[in-house]
Amino acid sequence: MRLFSKDFWFQYASPKTFYPLAGKLIPWFAGAAVILTLVGLYIGFFVAPVDYQQGNSYRVMFIHVPAAWMSMLIYVVMCAYAALGLVLNTRLSDMMAAALAPTGAMFTFVTLWTGALWGRPTWGTYWVWDARLTSELILLFLYLGYMALRSAIDDPRRASRASGLLALVGVINVPIIYFSVQWWNTLHQGASVSLTSAPTMAATMFAAMIVMTFAFWAYAIAVALYRVRLIILERERHARWVVELAEQER
Amino acid sequence: MWVAFKWVLKRDLMLAVRGRSEVLTTLMFFIIVVSLFPLGVGPERETLAEIASGVVWVAALLASMLSLGRLFSSDYEDGALEQLVLAAHPLPVLVLGKIIAHWLVSGLPLVLLSPVLGLQLGLDGETLAVLIFSLLLGTPVLSLIGAVGAGLTLGLRGGGVLLSLLVLPLYIPVLVFGAGAVEAVRAGLEAQAHLSLLGAFLVLSVMLAPWAAASALRISLD
Repeated sequence: MRLFSKDFWFQYASPKTFYPLAGKLIPWFAGAAVILTLVGLYIGFFVAPVDYQQGNSYRVMFIHVPAAWMSMLIYVVMCAYAALGLVLNTRLSDMMAAALAPTGAMFTFVTLWTGALWGRPTWGTYWVWDARLTSELILLFLYLGYMALRSAIDDPRRASRASGLLALVGVINVPIIYFSVQWWNTLHQGASVSLTSAPTMAATMFAAMIVMTFAFWAYAIAVALYRVRLIILERERHARWVVELAEQER
Repeated sequence: MWVAFKWVLKRDLMLAVRGRSEVLTTLMFFIIVVSLFPLGVGPERETLAEIASGVVWVAALLASMLSLGRLFSSDYEDGALEQLVLAAHPLPVLVLGKIIAHWLVSGLPLVLLSPVLGLQLGLDGETLAVLIFSLLLGTPVLSLIGAVGAGLTLGLRGGGVLLSLLVLPLYIPVLVFGAGAVEAVRAGLEAQAHLSLLGAFLVLSVMLAPWAAASALRISLD
């Protein structure tokens, strides 16, 4: 069985074999992202009922909550890749970490932005200095710091190791964001969804949120793969297979 | 190992004493930033007392961040840092020695000076004591976390600005609980919870930061 052999999986740790694989996967994830977004937004805007307390303004949650989940998840995944890169010295894991950072920063920004738009009609203010909001803002700074450090160092090897270490130091912030609503009494409400109990919201609202989460997931994978292909080309531009590839495409 | 640790500590302290002006610059910066606030906000005593803890803490944070550049850079330039990395002793221990020396030179003076500035801003009695104690617990954490950032940005162009971008987000928890302790006392509550958390930060960062800083140095000198 080829699928179960170790070599089959490890061959994709090499940029040369991963590059065409990523190219094949991108259309699938991009297509899934588009379809799921359309379905999710349709359920969210036309099927889900109006909230009896918040009226229609709660519907921003269908973007806000999945984006917030993604902002934390991407940071953790980025750190996992960074750790792999530091420990095993694999070039591709570091390239993946670098490819994920801008998407993570984008989702963090979307979370803060949609949260502000939702907070205005519901809390009566765009921004409060509450534990969860502040720690999400710190997460944005961590992403920006990671990207700034990476772009400030010219030597790619040092850049990847230094920014990887920085990402690992910053990972302490992720549990703080996640548990902030439980640890501190904050204005931000607790989670309405958890793995261990039934969601405290209408089934259609829940469905819209889950569909949107998968849509964002597919989007993040598609964009990260696209970006990692560009990073591979840039970083491996002296490798023979890249040169041959460029000649074929000419 | 202990001898090497003491040697690094002594050497860094001696270098700091011989180059007094740099140490005094940090201290002057701290005083000037704090004195800017009454001029900007206005001299009403109640307003000043309300923001005093935050002002002193932010000024201490900025002063300690400005002094971070000095932590490794001169040793990096004259090659002494490379010798430290090559030494037979564990690098985290030597780095811890450097960090402690840095705190004694740039953090401790801020703590000792803070009651005077607190008095100027209208703090008194217990709040003043808590301010000093929170700074005493908090400023070593700033030096420890900062050492990681200083190691990562060693020898980079625009390193100073980059360092602040990397380090300031990590300083935020210390600032929140440090200033929060003083605020709690002003509101008539106990400061113990805040101070305990600051102590926890200190223990955690003493444990982890020297290792992280040592690997940062290894990466930068590679």
